[in-house]
Amino acid sequence: MPMSTESQVQANAPAKAPTNAPANAPANTLINTPGNEEKDGKAFRPLIVSFCCNWCSYAGADLAGSSRLTYPADVKIIRVPCSCRINPLFILRAFQRGADGVIVNGCHPGDCHYSTGNFYTRRRMALLFSMLDFLGIEKERTRVEWVSAAEGARFASVMREFVEQIRRLGENKKLGDIRCKE
Amino acid sequence: MQRIIGKMREKAKELLEAGTVDAVLGWKKGDFAYDPTPAFFYSTDELDMLAYDGFCGSNLSKYLVEYGKEKGKVLVFLKPCDTYSLNQLVSEHRVDRENVYVVGVGCDGMLDVQKLRDKGIAGIEEIEEAGEDLRIHTLYGLKTCPRDEALLKKCQSCKGKEHKLFDDRIGAEESRDIANEDRFAEVAELEKMSPEERFAFWRAALSSCIRCNACREACPVCSCHTCIFDNARSGVDAKANASEFEENLFHIIRAFHVAGRCSDCGECSRVCPQAIPLHLLNRKMIKDIQSFYGAFQAGDSADQCSPLLSYSPDDIEPDAFDRWKGVM
Ligand code: SF4
Ligand code: SF4
Repeated sequence: MPMSTESQVQANAPAKAPTNAPANAPANTLINTPGNEEKDGKAFRPLIVSFCCNWCSYAGADLAGSSRLTYPADVKIIRVPCSCRINPLFILRAFQRGADGVIVNGCHPGDCHYSTGNFYTRRRMALLFSMLDFLGIEKERTRVEWVSAAEGARFASVMREFVEQIRRLGENKKLGDIRCKE
Repeated sequence: MQRIIGKMREKAKELLEAGTVDAVLGWKKGDFAYDPTPAFFYSTDELDMLAYDGFCGSNLSKYLVEYGKEKGKVLVFLKPCDTYSLNQLVSEHRVDRENVYVVGVGCDGMLDVQKLRDKGIAGIEEIEEAGEDLRIHTLYGLKTCPRDEALLKKCQSCKGKEHKLFDDRIGAEESRDIANEDRFAEVAELEKMSPEERFAFWRAALSSCIRCNACREACPVCSCHTCIFDNARSGVDAKANASEFEENLFHIIRAFHVAGRCSDCGECSRVCPQAIPLHLLNRKMIKDIQSFYGAFQAGDSADQCSPLLSYSPDDIEPDAFDRWKGVM
């Protein structure tokens, strides 16, 4: 993952310019690429579910907010006590209810508030995401990131980048539930 | 292995009479030559119904979960591959080892009657197992078929003829070895496809699932007190799949729940009435576990730890499985 530096984030530039976008496009410009066609005259806005552990990533998100860093409002945060609280059902449920991408955030390995929770998360998510890929669900729709309480800027840039990635991928058609559509 | 049935009955009789065990878990003759079913035997006069032949593919270890708790000690006949499942259940404290008397029985590779039918063999009355060949007495006369051409899918990649735990063995040395297929070959084939192709493959397979739950019922490690799919409050208890999503959900979650515990006994695929290749999901998990965290075989011993119940500080990152990061 391209790591953005503090200065880049403050300049509100994408961490790494997407190959098909002008290098100086602001982060929240909607880019039209295949799979991302305009619908009813409106560009596709993905729904992103971002699970954040209470001790690191949620605090990191808080810091991003209090530092007035911006990231797209498409990201919906769900706070969990520890990243290892995340049951694979939560992730599938998010997709069922219309999420286009799911990102799991936890403390950096070794920094878990409960010592080892995120080590288990790491194994579980590695297997789950590989399984989803095996079933033909684009692996770019899922991601794990380690974000500490001090990394507000990183939280914002990771979210911007992930939203951008899902925008380019387009709508989640494979794991949605027809009954949950409006 | 019809040849050892006499010894099996003798053993069962001896232990029942001595009071060492309260029941015997084995296979019982069915209505046809090819459908013996799992059964408990409580008295010696029932034992002439005990059967053991090429159609005893079912894995009996799961029945011990229910039985072992209150009802006393049971003698169980296990094929080599079934002992992996029992080991796994013992390691999860689902079966009390003290309550089981394991008699390991030899195995020549179990048979799939459908394969015989596919060869046009009908009206089967009796099947004689004669070494490398099957002599099939049918209404239309005697037919023969090489045993290897009628093996169950799960037996085409046999884990070996060694019993992983036993108190006694019958015919174990006489087991017939089977040329082993690479059990990950089909998984590797699928991995090579594009995500779209894989999605289409699984849609085609899973869309025929009727949610009979047979795969779950037959699976030794799928033995939760209350399965998540039987929990009305979880919102996923629908018996029949109500949407495409549920078909995916059931199978993804089930594969995940058995990850690191599945010994690849192949019962799920064997019992599926819709012939869905469920073993591919489990084998994918096993393949990943082995490549991410090192060699592991569930049920190899009763005191090993599942890879999902442990970790190493330098495990790979979840997306390292093909390092797409930075590529986009
Ligand atoms: S046994 Fe087959 S049809 Fe029945 S629930 Fe399992 S996959 Fe579906
Ligand atoms: S599907 Fe999961 S919850 Fe249900 S019995 Fe199997 S392991 Fe248990």
